Amino acid sequence: MAEFFAQYMPAWGAYLLTALISVALLLAVVGLGALFFIWAERKVAGRIQDRLGPTRTGGKFGWLQSLADGIKLITKEDLAPADADRLLFRLAPYVSLAPSYAALLALPFADGWVGWEINTSVFFLLAILGLEVFGVILAGYASGSKWSLFGGMRQAAQVVSYEVPLGMCGVIPVFLCGTMSLTTIGNMQAGWATNWLIFHDPFTFMVFWVYFTCAVASVNRAPFDLAEAESELVAGFHTEYSGLRWSFFFMAEYNSMFVVSGLAAVLFFGGWNGPVPIFASWKAAGGGWEIVADLAGCLNFIGKAVLGVMVMIWVRWTLPRLRIDQVITTCLKYCVPLAAFCFVGALAWQLASLPSPNDWLSPDPAGRAAVREPWVERAEDGAERSGTSGAEELARLAEDKR
Amino acid sequence: MLAAIDLHGFLFVLFALTACVFAAGVLFSSNIVRMAFNLVLSLGSSAGLFFLAGAEFVGAMQLMIYVGGTLVLLVFGVMLTAQHRFLEMRTNAGEWVLSLLVGGALLMVLLQAAFSVSQWNTPYAQRDQVEIDESKSATPIAAALTGVRVDKLEETNPRLRAGKSGYLMPFVIVSMHLLVVLVGAAYLARPRMAVRQMRRGG
Repeated sequence: MAEFFAQYMPAWGAYLLTALISVALLLAVVGLGALFFIWAERKVAGRIQDRLGPTRTGGKFGWLQSLADGIKLITKEDLAPADADRLLFRLAPYVSLAPSYAALLALPFADGWVGWEINTSVFFLLAILGLEVFGVILAGYASGSKWSLFGGMRQAAQVVSYEVPLGMCGVIPVFLCGTMSLTTIGNMQAGWATNWLIFHDPFTFMVFWVYFTCAVASVNRAPFDLAEAESELVAGFHTEYSGLRWSFFFMAEYNSMFVVSGLAAVLFFGGWNGPVPIFASWKAAGGGWEIVADLAGCLNFIGKAVLGVMVMIWVRWTLPRLRIDQVITTCLKYCVPLAAFCFVGALAWQLASLPSPNDWLSPDPAGRAAVREPWVERAEDGAERSGTSGAEELARLAEDKR
Repeated sequence: MLAAIDLHGFLFVLFALTACVFAAGVLFSSNIVRMAFNLVLSLGSSAGLFFLAGAEFVGAMQLMIYVGGTLVLLVFGVMLTAQHRFLEMRTNAGEWVLSLLVGGALLMVLLQAAFSVSQWNTPYAQRDQVEIDESKSATPIAAALTGVRVDKLEETNPRLRAGKSGYLMPFVIVSMHLLVVLVGAAYLARPRMAVRQMRRGG
């Protein structure tokens, strides 16, 4: 995109404009996502509890309820308790929101539609999602309140434990595809739904549910929301917060829910590749048709991610909260061994070349092998132009690197 | 493309400055949690430097292990154990002198090493023609861990190419070390659990 703008303005302006457009689009995902998910949460909660939820604000369905709440929150007084560590207390909401937002940078919304194309995006996402807990811990410590401190401690223990099985679940699609690039993993699952990695073998089917459990725990949602635990800790780590600072924690939480669901969609559910390959021929046609196909893929991806968030909301209003020892037991005694078992099982399945449903049902079962990482594709293009072999070109690239 | 503005240089100075400023913040604050917070920002900035250099794997590793792992555990430990007199650390003059000596010696060694690399010392002749190479996947690193150097295909010695120059040996040594540490930690935690069980039983 920077190259496109550079035709009309100086280079620095083009870079700045490109960066601003990406940042604004991703901020819109955070902001609008939070508005929609909070409204959806209240509607779903209402229906599950046999009431209506918000009905009046904005005419039908109360769809402006979150916006009205947001305006109310802006006008609230911004208080800090006398015992608080003022600086850290004020900074903590931003520390919570920043990693959650930064995670969106590396999350592809369609083939090539990603803020920052990096080759280790799975690892980057898992690393940066683990940082969000720091804001919660700081809030818990800096509030100068027992309830907050307990909430922060619980959250630290929980997140440090759940990072282990979450990482192990993320590794399985990585080694099935042989790449850590989310764009490549998504492209490898093109075609019919049988090509989705969740249907690759029984172990990947099993490990998705482990992933989902750990993802719910790592974004601090019920039944794992011990850091809030309003029945025992008032409101946990955000007891002392009010106004917009309070709402930043929730924007971070809803955005993280979207990110882990989006990650699940790319790793297990084909990302932007639908259950039925309607737009595959458009994608191949190139030009304007390709953009339309990518737009459809983007909507497809967002749909899958929103579906994941809806399941999390459904789970929250269905299951009771666990005790802290039960939370840690679930992680260490069930999730970690299950993830390890599935890891070994999927590895053995791949090594023994056992069949997957895609081999019989797909018209192009070997299609996955043809997908390359973006930098390898560019190296092969360069090799075609200069008439050398791909291996030589790779070696040349590695030489340049040094 | 980047001729009009040295974007890379600007970002480098930005990240380097934040890393240094917050590192100084670690040094001059006396509250452990604030120190940890400064350290988060400092380490995060140095992760930014790694991303800028195209080493995304190392940068993400820095975020995951140091910021997301070690520092969270540090603050967790402080919250579990700290009374007020431990939270505020007062350092006396002797400690200052000793740490200045040790830190200054390390700084001297690093500076000497940095300035002895001739490529970093002299201005680059064709500055405009420098292209920032795009980053590679972690796949070559993973292949090298199993003993295959795909980035050393020009190696003529077939034995070296076939795995003698991979990272398998250091990797195994490091993982054995970690295993020993884990066993040690489990051993250290064991007696207390036994006592508790005995109490519960009796």
